[in-house]
This record gives sequence, structure tokens and C-alpha cells, in this order.
Amino acid sequence: MRSLRAGRFTYVVLALFTAGSLFPLVWTAIAASRSNTRLAQTPPPFWFGGNLGRNLHVAWTDANMGTALLNTVIVAGTVAAGTVFFSTLAGFAFAKLRFRGSRPLLALVIGTMLIPPQLSVVPLYMLIAELSWTDRLQAVILPTLVGAFGVFFMRQYLVHALPMELVEAARTDGASSLRVLWHVVFPAARPAMAVLGMLTFVMAWNDFFWPVVALTQNGSPTVQVALTGLGRGYVPDQSVIMAGALLGTLPLLLVFLVFGRQIVGGIMQGAVKG
Amino acid sequence: MTDETAVLSPSAVGPERPAAEGGGRGRPGQVWRSRRYRWDLRWSPYAFVAPFFLFFAAFGLFPLLYTGWAALHQVELTNPDGMTWVGLRNFTRLWDDAFFWNALRNTVTIGLLSTVPQLAIALGLAHLLNYRLRGSAFFRVAVLTPYATSVAAATLVFVLLFGRDHGMVNWALSAVGFEAVDWQNGTFASQLAVSTIVIWRWTGYNALIYLAAMQAVPGELYESAALDGASRFQQFLHVTVPSLRPTIFFTCVVSTIGATQLFGEPLLFNGGAGATGGSDHQFQTLGLYLYEQGWVNLHLGRASAIAWAMFLILLVIAGAARLLRGRKDSR
Repeated sequence: MRSLRAGRFTYVVLALFTAGSLFPLVWTAIAASRSNTRLAQTPPPFWFGGNLGRNLHVAWTDANMGTALLNTVIVAGTVAAGTVFFSTLAGFAFAKLRFRGSRPLLALVIGTMLIPPQLSVVPLYMLIAELSWTDRLQAVILPTLVGAFGVFFMRQYLVHALPMELVEAARTDGASSLRVLWHVVFPAARPAMAVLGMLTFVMAWNDFFWPVVALTQNGSPTVQVALTGLGRGYVPDQSVIMAGALLGTLPLLLVFLVFGRQIVGGIMQGAVKG
Repeated sequence: MTDETAVLSPSAVGPERPAAEGGGRGRPGQVWRSRRYRWDLRWSPYAFVAPFFLFFAAFGLFPLLYTGWAALHQVELTNPDGMTWVGLRNFTRLWDDAFFWNALRNTVTIGLLSTVPQLAIALGLAHLLNYRLRGSAFFRVAVLTPYATSVAAATLVFVLLFGRDHGMVNWALSAVGFEAVDWQNGTFASQLAVSTIVIWRWTGYNALIYLAAMQAVPGELYESAALDGASRFQQFLHVTVPSLRPTIFFTCVVSTIGATQLFGEPLLFNGGAGATGGSDHQFQTLGLYLYEQGWVNLHLGRASAIAWAMFLILLVIAGAARLLRGRKDSR
């Protein structure tokens, strides 16, 4: 078989990669636990100091990180839930139902992935300004509530994971489409829905360009917008900036700690099939 | 065809009617139910795909077309309703705009500096992860963690690490006898620093995509290569890389699209100095220039023209990629 056992060299190199991947995150925590004056000294600190509580507190209150975190949870949660729900509906239709025009419609879905977000940002801004949505969370939620990737991901999964016999059996029993959806499709799709939900949550949490355009610091910022404010020096203290960065990253790191394997599996699955 | 069906079929219900139901002649409730059933079968697929298309029409297609329209007008952010027709002037101004060409040049160099090493490293990393490893799940999750970090958080950390006077990178350089580098001001140095952030965030992600493709390569290919006396490295070069060609192509396209849209890293790498991309615009990308024109200088019409220019550039790249790849395009 293929899988050769790794030699010592492989472990050494992988350990170096791991260190490189994790170091900036660990160092964020180290810098967040120090003082501004200590960060402005050479050599830079390599171990934790005693200022973490103070810095987190300043970031939380002065930079509005508490509100920002709550807003981001709302945005990422809604977007993930919406994407998973609508993608499962559309993915099921494209995978298992016959209807006129399904092929060109699917091609259209995939084609929308090629449109760069910059191309719509000006009118989108004019639209939300027209609706007086600037600084409101729906300005960030609604434009990203569905996505071609999700539809495609669910379709690819359901093509194989949902046996047609199950759908037909339910139909023969006289089940309506909604019942089929509820009792057959959702249970079969659950693993893919979970993975898509996590991937979408990560993407929505980290979304940057549009939230920075649509939300300002004073209204209802997401974490990313609040961090932009920190970086622009509204809070001049570097250690506080790092505390803010830590607050913005920690929730996702926890998600990774718990669901890392599933997320890795989801990305690899999407890679093979996409 | 039996007599019975011959009697049934002209009854105006249509030829598609399933014989199994047969209830058309029954009580009115049954008729209604079977009609509703057919109606459901026929229209629910459209209802299931409708949300995607409704949202896309409102927040994707309409803005896309409207950008083209706005690019032909003078529009200010302060008064989005007051549009003055200017024809192609936004585009001709771009053509004469040194900052536009500067941003385009920077986008290309930063794109190359970030994409090429990123994908090369990812390929090697995936090769290592493909060995039979103890703790392979740990390594996979560990190299993916930067993906969980946002542009904003990552850039802020790297700004500190790349600090001129007290940054860790310069400290390490001086420890091994090199001179400190002004990472935010030198053109090449700053572009390299911005690229480092991109490489750090995306290498693990691409490695996993390569790894998935590697695991689909049939083992016999390696066995016969080993029989022919190929070393591990030769196997990598002559078996792995050719088998991965479609995946490598795919990641090149995705990374190129990502590189043309680079925005957050150059915005925040500039510290508090706004959207100029450095004191001398040395790392201002097209995405950042669009933002500066639209939301700092308030010229939405010109921002739209930049957006369309970016789109055209992407189309050219896509066309070139298609030519490169030839006609074997059935995936």
C-alpha cells in the first residue's frame, strides 16, 4: 500500500510547520498579557506577563469588544443557519428532483461563484443606504445569507448520501415534498449540514470587506470592524490591541479545538468533490 | 394498451397521469388530493431553489449590473441619488491615473509573492501529511488553525512582529547578524511582509486540499515507480505532482482570484494611516484603491469603474488559464 511510515525527518519538519502555524496565535496571547512599554523593548517578550486581565478589560470596554462579539455571534449564527437551511433545500432539489431547467439553473448557481464581491459593493452600499440599513446588522446578514458554495456542497453530498428509494418510498406513502424534506432529507443530510454550518460560521465570522464598508465603529460593529478601529489607533496601546485580537480569535479557536477534525474532513471532502 | 386505459386517456387530464393513482374518478376529496399531489411534485423543486435565486437577484445580480451603470456616472458617497452622466470619463481617468497602475502593479507582485510560495509549501506539506503518521489528526488541525484567524487579527499581530524597532522578525534577523529591515516602508520589504500574512493564513488550507487529492492517487502507481527504483523524491516529482495537476490548477485559479481581491492585509498593515497602502502607496492593492476612491475620497462612480476594471482583469486571467489548460476541460 501507499502510506509509507513517516521517518524522523518528517516529524521534525511537521513540528516546525505546526510551530509556525501556532506561533503568531500564541504570541498574540503573550503580547496581550504584557504592557505597552514592555512591547516597546528589545528583545520582545517570549513568555506571559501579568497584564492580561487589565488589557482584556480595556479592550472590552473602550473598544466595545463585548458588543462587537455579541453582534458577530448574531451575524455568523444567522448566516450559518440560513445558509445551511437554504442550501439543503436547493441542494436536495438539484440532487434528487427532476424539474425543467434544473441543469441551466445549477450552472447559473456555480457561475455566481466567479463574481468578485468588489463588483457589487458600490450599489450594495447605495441599496442599504437607501433602506437606511447602514450600521444595522441586517446590512451584513442579508447579502450573505445564501451562497453558491453551500448549494453546491449540499448537492454533491446528497447525490450520494440520499438513496432515491427512500424518497420514492416516502412518496408512495403519499408524503408531500415538505414531509419528505423533514423526515427523509434532513436526517440524511445532517452530517453535511453540520460541516457546512461550521465552515460558513468561520467564513461569516471572519468576513471583512463588506462589514468594514457597511458598518462603522460607532453603530453596531462586528469584531472585524472593531479590530479595524483598534488597528487605526483609536486605542493606541499595542497590548490592548492584541487583547482585542485575542478576543476576536478565541471563539473560533474554541470551535476548532472541538470540531477541528470535522472541519478538516469537510474541507478535504469539498476539495475532492468540488 | 388495454380497453380500460383507452377509455381513460381522452379524459383531458393529460397523458402523464400515473396509472397507480387511478383516483381521478373517485370522490371529490380524492380528486383534489391527487391534484394537490401533482402540483406539489411539479412546483416544489422551484420553491426549494427559489430562495437562492431571490437573494442572488437582490444582492448579487442587481448590484452587478448597477455597478456598470454607476461607473458611467459621477456619484458621490454623500449624495448617492445625485448621479450625473459622464460617459466613459471614469474609465479614461483611470487610464491616466498613476495610482491605478501602481495599485495594479502591486496587486500583481503581492499576488505572485504570496501565491507561488504558498502553493509550493502547501504541496510539500501535503506530501508529508500523506505519510502514515502518529498524531496525523493533530497535525492537520494545527496547520489549519491560521484559517480560523481573521484577516484583521492576523494582520494586527504581524504588524507587531514586523515592527521596525522592536519587532520579533528584526530581532531574530539581528540575532543572526543581519541588519534590521523597515518592513512598513521599503517597497519590496513591505510587499513581502503583506504576502507573509497571506501565506501564513492559507498554506494549511491548500495543503489539505492537496492532501485530499493525493489520497485519491492509486497506490499501484507508487509501487511500480518504486520497483523502477525511483526514490521518494522522484516519486513525488513523477507520480504525485502529475496526478495532482487538475487540483494544482484549481488552487492556482482560486488563489489568483483571492490575490486580485486582497484588501484587509494592506489596509491594516498600514497602521493608522488610512487606505493609502503605505506612505508611498507601496503596498496599495486594487481592492484597497477601490475602497479609498469610494469611501475615503467619496467617488462612488470611480470606485465602480475600478471594480469593472478588476473584473475585466479577472476575465483576461480566466481566458489565459483556459488557453493554458487546453481543451481537456471536463471535470
